Amino acid sequence: MINLTINGLKTSVEDGSTVLEAAQFLGFPIPTLCHMEGLEPYGACRLCLVEIGKAPNTKLVSSCTYPAQEGLVVRTASSRVLKARKMVIELLLASCPQSKVIQDIASAHAVNQQRFKQEHEDCILCGLCVRMCKEQMMAGAIGFRGRGENRSLGTPFDVKSEECRFCGGCMYVCPACQLRCTFNEPEKAICGGCQNLSPPCVEEEKFDDMMCYMAPCVACEIDKA
Amino acid sequence: MVELALQPLKESDEVTPERIRKIIDRHEGALGGLIAILEGVQAQFGYLSEKALGIVAQETGRSLVDIYGVANFYQSFSLKPRGKHLVSVCVGTACHVRGAPAIVSEFEQRLGIEVDETTEDKEFTLKTVNCLGACALGPVAVIDGHYFSKLKKSDIEKLRHDAQEGFDRAGDEEDRRIFPVDVGCPFCNHSFMDSGFYINGRPSIRVTVSFGDKHGWFRMSSLYGRYDIFSEYEIPVDTVSHFFCPHCHAELIGSWECPMCSAPMVPMIVRGGGTIRICSRSGCTGSDGHMLDLR
Ligand code: SF4
Ligand code: SF4
Ligand code: SF4
Ligand code: FES
Ligand code: FES
Repeated sequence: MINLTINGLKTSVEDGSTVLEAAQFLGFPIPTLCHMEGLEPYGACRLCLVEIGKAPNTKLVSSCTYPAQEGLVVRTASSRVLKARKMVIELLLASCPQSKVIQDIASAHAVNQQRFKQEHEDCILCGLCVRMCKEQMMAGAIGFRGRGENRSLGTPFDVKSEECRFCGGCMYVCPACQLRCTFNEPEKAICGGCQNLSPPCVEEEKFDDMMCYMAPCVACEIDKA
Repeated sequence: MVELALQPLKESDEVTPERIRKIIDRHEGALGGLIAILEGVQAQFGYLSEKALGIVAQETGRSLVDIYGVANFYQSFSLKPRGKHLVSVCVGTACHVRGAPAIVSEFEQRLGIEVDETTEDKEFTLKTVNCLGACALGPVAVIDGHYFSKLKKSDIEKLRHDAQEGFDRAGDEEDRRIFPVDVGCPFCNHSFMDSGFYINGRPSIRVTVSFGDKHGWFRMSSLYGRYDIFSEYEIPVDTVSHFFCPHCHAELIGSWECPMCSAPMVPMIVRGGGTIRICSRSGCTGSDGHMLDLR
């Protein structure tokens, strides 16, 4: 067991836990975006920043990737953390304002405007889909290409991947993907337009074995009927 | 026989699983081997084709998307066929300030292509790089391994012409088949020239050779085109030996294969520019002979 202090509260967690897990165990809220249980931590979005160490030598680290250490002192809501977190949210809003997930995070933290050049990216490079596809769907069909400002997400050579089996897992986890249908949770549905579409998956034979993440899917239900 | 190796090798170099398997076998093992494998594939086929990457994925049991991500991350890997001559113009900060953009656009105009494109006749590929570590000499460009400094727009047309002729031959009217070379270690830069042992009236090239349990010196003629060799131990025909620098003891090995027998080639750098590669298999027609890489 590892003993550490979070917001002044002493706690002990199992070896190998992250600071995020320790804080959540105590019930301290830390917003996350690129973190998802069941997927390897990736540390891309920086939304989960916390402050560690004793003043004046404190630093900001991403709690989802930072391992809990013996004697570590963590603050999850210091003024430095709040300021940095607000900045991260503004940057997210600047790159992908149309994302419902990001909008929700911004509104939960009372961020109503951002001060950067407005872009409308389709992807914030959070890597959720890549990890989903590789770690949970065991497909490894999609990944990052290029680097720097040319980094993008997709299949090798931009051709249809042999490995992909249209499970929809990537779209299911994507915080930015506008293709993602929300009708599987009717109260969150945007327009319900998908009810009139026939997605590629229904033409696949072994649909049942595909572990589709869209279930319950309107198209499937129509197909069964 | 002397062979001039111009890259990429002939188009008849078909990508087959067997040939790629061979490259992989040379770098067997650790995860770190991937870059070496890709370097090997690129050295042999000139670029990384979709087919080649697919075979690498299959043979190494890794997912294609991981391999593609690596291939696509590094500047030195090319996913498109490259021309015979590679022009890399530095657009790093120092070179930018000294006028690199004008040099780039001059190259673009003279070659009729844009950056990252290859001319239709497959002669030239134009790339930009972000600092060649020679900032004080900017603007800098590297063409086929030769550095050109303090470039002016007016230099470009001549460079294009000389590159096509081959820099080692440009301005050299007679075709002299035998000429002396001074070579050294590509890793520590120490000279291999041994003036205590003459061959053909010239200091010999001395390296260390190792095969089986034998480990000793190996000397050869420094006259390019002559194949006289002396070795502490006689190397049986058809043995692939390892060669080492006598100064830094690094193994002299790169990612090239002998185009005749596929054994690894032993690289050496030539004073004044260029590299020489010899086949590591004794008795191979590429053996004893020098490979002059005109880059
Ligand atoms: S649909 Fe499934 S298999 Fe295809 S890329 Fe997305 S997660 Fe991977
Ligand atoms: S496509 Fe979506 S899930 Fe994948 S990296 Fe981009 S934003 Fe993240
Ligand atoms: S019809 Fe089904 S699969 Fe298609 S978008 Fe709607 S919920 Fe998703
Ligand atoms: S949730 Fe930790 S960096 Fe994204
Ligand atoms: S910036 Fe061109 S060599 Fe450094």
